Amino acid sequence: MDMKVSKKLGLKDRYNLMTRDLEWTPTYQAVKDVYPDMAYEGIKIHDWSKFEDPFRLTMDAYWKYQAEKERKLYAIIDAFNQNNGHLGLTDARYINALKLFLTGVSPLEYMAHRGFAHVGRQFPGAGPRVACLMQSLDEIRHSQTQIHSLSNYNKFYNGFQNWRHQHDRVWYLSVPKSFFDDAISSGPFEYMVAIGFAFEYVLTNLLFVPFISGAAYNGDMGAMAFGFSAQSDESRHMTLGLEMIKFILEQDPDNLPIVQRWIDKWFWRGYRVLTLVAMMMDYMLPKRVMSWKEAWEVYAEENGGALFADLARYGITVPKGWEQACKDKDHLSHQAWAVFYNYGAAAPFHTWAPSEKDMEWLSAKYPDTFDKYYRPRYEHWAKEAKEGRRFYNGTLPMLCQTCQIPMFFTEPDDPTKIAYRESSYHGMKYHFCSDGCKDIFDFEPEKYVQAWLPVHQIYQGNCFTPEADPSAPDFNPLAEVLKWYRIEMGRDNLDYEGSQDQKNFNAWREAATGN
Amino acid sequence: MAVAAVRKYEFAPKDTADKFPAPLLYVGWEDHLMFCAPFCVPFPPTLKFGDMCRGAFPGIFGAHPDFAKIDWDKAEWFKSGQPWKPDHDKSLADNGLGHKDLLRFRTPGLTGLQGSCS
Repeated sequence: MDMKVSKKLGLKDRYNLMTRDLEWTPTYQAVKDVYPDMAYEGIKIHDWSKFEDPFRLTMDAYWKYQAEKERKLYAIIDAFNQNNGHLGLTDARYINALKLFLTGVSPLEYMAHRGFAHVGRQFPGAGPRVACLMQSLDEIRHSQTQIHSLSNYNKFYNGFQNWRHQHDRVWYLSVPKSFFDDAISSGPFEYMVAIGFAFEYVLTNLLFVPFISGAAYNGDMGAMAFGFSAQSDESRHMTLGLEMIKFILEQDPDNLPIVQRWIDKWFWRGYRVLTLVAMMMDYMLPKRVMSWKEAWEVYAEENGGALFADLARYGITVPKGWEQACKDKDHLSHQAWAVFYNYGAAAPFHTWAPSEKDMEWLSAKYPDTFDKYYRPRYEHWAKEAKEGRRFYNGTLPMLCQTCQIPMFFTEPDDPTKIAYRESSYHGMKYHFCSDGCKDIFDFEPEKYVQAWLPVHQIYQGNCFTPEADPSAPDFNPLAEVLKWYRIEMGRDNLDYEGSQDQKNFNAWREAATGN
Repeated sequence: MAVAAVRKYEFAPKDTADKFPAPLLYVGWEDHLMFCAPFCVPFPPTLKFGDMCRGAFPGIFGAHPDFAKIDWDKAEWFKSGQPWKPDHDKSLADNGLGHKDLLRFRTPGLTGLQGSCS
């Protein structure tokens, strides 16, 4: 008797069976009650079946791929850790970029996991729902692999130990935190445009490529491994973001102005968060990959330009803040690192003035601006430090109400003038660093009047441990804030020069390479 | 426009004056970007304007080599970007300064480290 072998399913059939076929129309409950958040943002969707998932990935294949990637990743991490890979780094200064990543970026990966789980539940279409589910799982995997691979540094270096605690409290971490809180407290469609499109598509290359290439250039196999392990996921995320935008725009012409406003808003919010990446690239990597300016030209101006040319077919125009962002590329990193140099006592990583050799590189990469505007600042600080007066700014800065970054950004056409913008709402003044941040506030002031601005919270007395006694005669508010941040004064913060990290790294490396 | 929300969206603003020990004043020194951003300081409304400049500012701006050269009688002031004249003998409140007001001052002739506005 002949054996009857059933035919193996093709990719398309499998996808339909395991994705589209999981959809049904409820009869006991109204559709609008099952998906209650679909209408209030004003987006109109007529036919969810029109959403195309170009990856057509099904859950069974997803598990298989991810498991394989995990095995490879952990093999590399184990090898790196067991061989004391950290001693092969270019310099321990590099490790401060990892502290910035762990405190500022990894918690956002976790929030992205929550965000995509939430919006996936909200979408009535099976295609985007399954894609969001997979992205949600990717994001939690990314945050876990980052925490795992960076945990090895925590055994040897300071400043890694309270990353999660600090993400919710430390002044500069309110920038990435408030960015994501803004997105996750939006409706499902805005979240998809904010994170799925503006961040994952338009800006992601400016976040991941610099950090991961930075890891590769500076001998960090651990961070490099999690970067590569995440890379294939990222391309899927980018596709989901772009397909969602196109899908929303194709569904109804009324969607265009809403989507355009979200693109304007979220491009600007994401760009402000990337300030941290700019200074990391130009100032924190001992061996640099490329300058922020070069990265901006390649990943934003060239790639982004092509993307917006494509979206012009749908009526989408380049985001409002685009032109200013392109002008800022000559200034952003220098101004940002100056902020961390100023407030180096209040961050859980080390800062330093660039060396003469560093400044040569900066002059070459920024011939029109570095020597003219920024070198005098850094040379002055280096001289002061040499004479035993390392400059630490002891007074709290004014913050932008929207992005929560200290108001250090200068006017787009005058790098000697701080940009000040102001609005009034219900009789109170609000201040902003830019037109972009002011526009965002002016459209939804009710949202941003609630901003938890670290400087204001400190003055309100909300940033001390329960043991602190502000009425005590010797009460030192800044020292008490550091305790609440769980930053150990003199160990986790201050200049790299003379730090325990510097001493240990040099001593261990000497022991590893000689007698 | 109002926030798109599933229900009534009304929350108290976080930074009303009653929550602070004193009204907040934002102060920036033009052409001296060594101080990376303007400052935010709760100053008592009874503080005399002149005492703020001569008593409090040394602790805030004193680290800059130009600070000792400031002639306060020649300083130019701006309130929310508009030219403004303070009365140094009057208090901050009597100068009309309130919660979250923004002042900038320019010190003619002083242009920062090596004239770089740093």
